[in-house]
Amino acid sequence: MSLLKWIRAKSPWILHFNTGGCNGCDIELLAAFTPRFDVERFGILLQGSPRHADILAVTGPVTLQVRERLIRIYEQMPEPKYVLAVGSCACSGAPFKDCYNVIGGVDKVLPVDAYVPGCPPKPEAIIDGIVKLIQKIEEGGTCEKRR
Amino acid sequence: MSYGSIVKVPFGPQHPALKEPEHFLFEIDGEIIVNVKPRIGYNHRGIEKAFERRTYIQNIYLAERICGICSDAHTTCYTQAIEDLLGLDAPPRARYIRVIVAELERIHSHSLWLGIAVHEIGFDTFFMYLWRDREAVMDILELISGNRVHYAMNTIGGVRRDITPEIIPKIIRSLDFLEKRTKYYMKALRSERTVLKRTVDVGVLKPKDAVELCAVGPTLRASGVKNDVRGDDPYAAYDEIPFNIVTDDGCDVFSRMLVRCGEILESINMIRYALDHMPSGMLRVRMPMAVKPGEAVSRVEAPRGELIHYVKSNGSTRPERYKVRSPTLANIPALCRMFIGQHVADIPIILAGIDPCFACMDRLVFIDVKTNKRKSLDFESFSEMVRKQRNFRLA
Repeated sequence: MSLLKWIRAKSPWILHFNTGGCNGCDIELLAAFTPRFDVERFGILLQGSPRHADILAVTGPVTLQVRERLIRIYEQMPEPKYVLAVGSCACSGAPFKDCYNVIGGVDKVLPVDAYVPGCPPKPEAIIDGIVKLIQKIEEGGTCEKRR
Repeated sequence: MSYGSIVKVPFGPQHPALKEPEHFLFEIDGEIIVNVKPRIGYNHRGIEKAFERRTYIQNIYLAERICGICSDAHTTCYTQAIEDLLGLDAPPRARYIRVIVAELERIHSHSLWLGIAVHEIGFDTFFMYLWRDREAVMDILELISGNRVHYAMNTIGGVRRDITPEIIPKIIRSLDFLEKRTKYYMKALRSERTVLKRTVDVGVLKPKDAVELCAVGPTLRASGVKNDVRGDDPYAAYDEIPFNIVTDDGCDVFSRMLVRCGEILESINMIRYALDHMPSGMLRVRMPMAVKPGEAVSRVEAPRGELIHYVKSNGSTRPERYKVRSPTLANIPALCRMFIGQHVADIPIILAGIDPCFACMDRLVFIDVKTNKRKSLDFESFSEMVRKQRNFRLA
């Protein structure tokens, strides 16, 4: 493993963005960062700015209004960047799939690297999703292919 | 002191202080906010229209997903509205279980909010402590319903799961722990200098303004107005359970914190009483598939304030019109008033002060600007219109 890859896999910083979800996944994602689950002990940190983030964790179905912002935030993130879809809505749109103001899952707008299904997924499931994503980063990731 | 030039500062839709996408445009003179324009709608999914496409039973699932934090309040409100239409009454045991779950949800929501609020003023240690202890109430909810966030407890005509005698001692133990911790947090809040400096006299909402701008819930009660749907218009089993409506006269963010802490303690006592006095009997009554024509309005005191659901039925298996008025929407005018004259640095804590939940809030009324008429469209033509106009914006 190259040094760069090792650094990237060791401490990924996460940016959380709600694209129109019901808050359920958001509180579970946040719960993963608090003492009971505490992913910070593994070096995973919740970040406020897209410019410092490695992983974009998206919760909720993508609404028409939020679409441009989501793309803008994704573009502001430095390469290599990864997208984690948290919750059934972010994976496929789930109950809001046929709503007039909803585009659908995140993969309709951005390339997604890992999906965490569940309504909402438990913090354990989110952590598992992050771990699987880190494995993907270690194996080389998909960021180069996207170019 | 005025600097003469007004600077516009955008806040959101993606901002560390907001967990949800919402945009506020602040007009700032020096360090002082002179005006604020909220722009809502990032979270608008079109739930009300989706209600019209699903049957009454399927809609319970959808009502729960209006908001993940007050999911039980939404299903209670929904099922009460439909029960009202059908002329059904939930059995007494079901009404008690509804109260227990609603109050557990209130504890979880308020402790979550308190954590976010102290996080906004930079007191992260407190935030971590609160969220650690909040897991105790999440465990109870998981024990009762099998899920941490969407409990799926309510159904039309009653509840779906029982609270069995085996789990009651566990609930009581957790409640004792929560009570001890909440009392400690209240003491800590009152004596911690940093908290006092950042919250006392910040985001003041005078009682007159609060009533005038139709604030609801803890925001209203922290301005000293005694108003609570649970007391004023009791639903479920609230008329049988004694409780106090917590108010505070401080009118600022600090008193909003105290009101919510007080409500956690009240909720703990209410759950204890409800567990002791829970009548035996069945959990639900059967409902017919079709609902007779009519209209119904139901009110519930959600953790954030008064929640109103309206349903209109045309006699089929699906509602003809559904309307949700969430507490956050009612609090937005009051929130804009709170901002005026405050410092830029206090924006996050004032915004967090009303416990905003934008997932609940973003509804839409379609108004034709040219003729100023309200339109109603069916689902297909509406979808088509939205898809056609790529630059469609919500008013």
